[in-house]
Amino acid sequence: MGLLSKKDANLILDPLADNNPITIQVLGICSALAITAELKASLVMAISVIFVMGVGNVVISLMRNIIPSKIRIIVQLIVVATLVIIVDLVLKAFAYELSKTLSVFVGLIITNCIIMGRFEAFALANGTWRSFLDGIGNALGYGVILIIVGFFRELLGSGTLFGIPVLGDPIAKTGLYATGYENNGFMIMPPMALIVVGIIIWVQRSRNKALIED
Amino acid sequence: MGLKSTLHNLKEKYKGTKMAPAFNALHTFLYLPNETTHNGTHIKVADDLKRTMNIVIMAMVPCLLFGMFNAGYQHFSALGTPVEFLSWDAFYIGLIKILPLVIVSYGVGLAIEFLFAVINKHEVEEGYLVTGMLVPLIVPIDTPLWMLAVAVAFGVVIGKEVFGGTGMNILNPALTIRAFLFFAYPTWMSGDKVWVHGAVERDQMIAAGEKLDAISGETILGTLAQGKEVVYSLSDMFYGFIPGSVGETSTLLILLGGLFLIFTKIGSWRIMLSSTIGALVMGLIFNGLVSADIISEGSKFYGLMSTTFWHHLLIGGFAFGTVFMATDPVTASQTNKGKWIYGFLIGFLSIMIRVFNPAYPEGVMLAILLMNVMAPTIDHYVVQGNVKQRMKRLKVKNA
Repeated sequence: MGLLSKKDANLILDPLADNNPITIQVLGICSALAITAELKASLVMAISVIFVMGVGNVVISLMRNIIPSKIRIIVQLIVVATLVIIVDLVLKAFAYELSKTLSVFVGLIITNCIIMGRFEAFALANGTWRSFLDGIGNALGYGVILIIVGFFRELLGSGTLFGIPVLGDPIAKTGLYATGYENNGFMIMPPMALIVVGIIIWVQRSRNKALIED
Repeated sequence: MGLKSTLHNLKEKYKGTKMAPAFNALHTFLYLPNETTHNGTHIKVADDLKRTMNIVIMAMVPCLLFGMFNAGYQHFSALGTPVEFLSWDAFYIGLIKILPLVIVSYGVGLAIEFLFAVINKHEVEEGYLVTGMLVPLIVPIDTPLWMLAVAVAFGVVIGKEVFGGTGMNILNPALTIRAFLFFAYPTWMSGDKVWVHGAVERDQMIAAGEKLDAISGETILGTLAQGKEVVYSLSDMFYGFIPGSVGETSTLLILLGGLFLIFTKIGSWRIMLSSTIGALVMGLIFNGLVSADIISEGSKFYGLMSTTFWHHLLIGGFAFGTVFMATDPVTASQTNKGKWIYGFLIGFLSIMIRVFNPAYPEGVMLAILLMNVMAPTIDHYVVQGNVKQRMKRLKVKNA
């Protein structure tokens, strides 16, 4: 990457794998379980979080020298809340159906531990550009897991991807369904998201021995 | 060259290689290993893990054979051409439908066990032997084999291997497999079509335009949940001439299996007894609610609540779950007092879920899984209670 120094590039690349907010830090699990039944919802959620975290980290970083430390949590909350409301209204205006699917979970981005965590741990102590990269990186790490989980859950649970049937028609019994295959209803339920996330963690840790804890 | 020496030679040949655990397991499965521990003090007992497992399987064989006869019997009765219960015609249907279930269950499960043993470089544990037998007994007869294979793979990997294999699992693997099937493919696991061989197929043929009579094989619980009259007599329920999962219909044979387990000291009589008591208590409470007119005849719970309390023991999977699954020594409570609490709550919750669950009128599976999760907590408090009591005694003595 010519654009970024190696240190800056690591801000984006680290959270994608070795310091992933979901699989390594186990933050933001709540929304990862709730909205990943469809790939489209996962994607929109990922984009929303990327927006909120990128902008939020920049805003907090800009204000970091004037925020009194006693009330910093409240200031952070106000920043996130403002951004989340923007996302919510945009979704309602341009993707109403989707915003109904995501329902309360857009609002709950406010409580997403990853966001508050990065504000506290990074944006309050670092410059604007680095904070921006850190925000984008962590949100991408979150989004990647969301999309992987969403992909498997929608494919195995509903036989579709982005709402488009890819395995045939389950009612007319075409494609794979002609052989007796059926959708796995368990995949659509939240417990299965937990198990899929667990399997991702398992695979990741068994490939990278440095991550294994005793 | 005999089988024993062949196995022995194979074992010697692969000694120290990656595949060693697999061949060791094949050898130990059939013959007694001749390795002995050389130092330390040991108590010598005859019942190793393998023998324990075999006794449980022996206790289940009557249920399996009965299930095969019953499968055909129910099939032909539903078609309107009844046959003798103990006839080859009845047994044949059961054999060709149930044997593949057993083979798939063992094949997939043991393959995964062997795989994990080779990867993790430990010996193959015998833990799957009982699970592999339980699984075909607790699924509906027409369960597609690929579904069973997927569920077994899920249950063994997620239910057991991720926790560290045999003896480390929190949930009963057989019930994990069944719960997976139940949540993943509900159309094959509940309703009034799945319990008799051929009913689903017949439905599809009718849907395709063929002129046939639909057959249904509703379970007694399903009938009661809808508030309808039960057509089976009490003795049918007790002997097991009723539709249901493959091996759980005959309360008589389960009872005999249970007594056999108690006699051989493999199964815990405390769990079996307390679970039965729990079920009876819950049944009595519901009966009381009905006779106190709190639940009127129009209520959707009326059918199951007004069922005479001890009939609950005969219908559904309660007896099978209590005898063969609640007593699983790995997932049950370990302390004696804990076993009473654990068993009681299983019985109590089974009947409660049975009555209140609108989607599926059977609760023993969910009750046992729930209590599996609770068992370590129960044990913790029992042990702590004991510690506290002893401390008190110590203080009194010292004072």
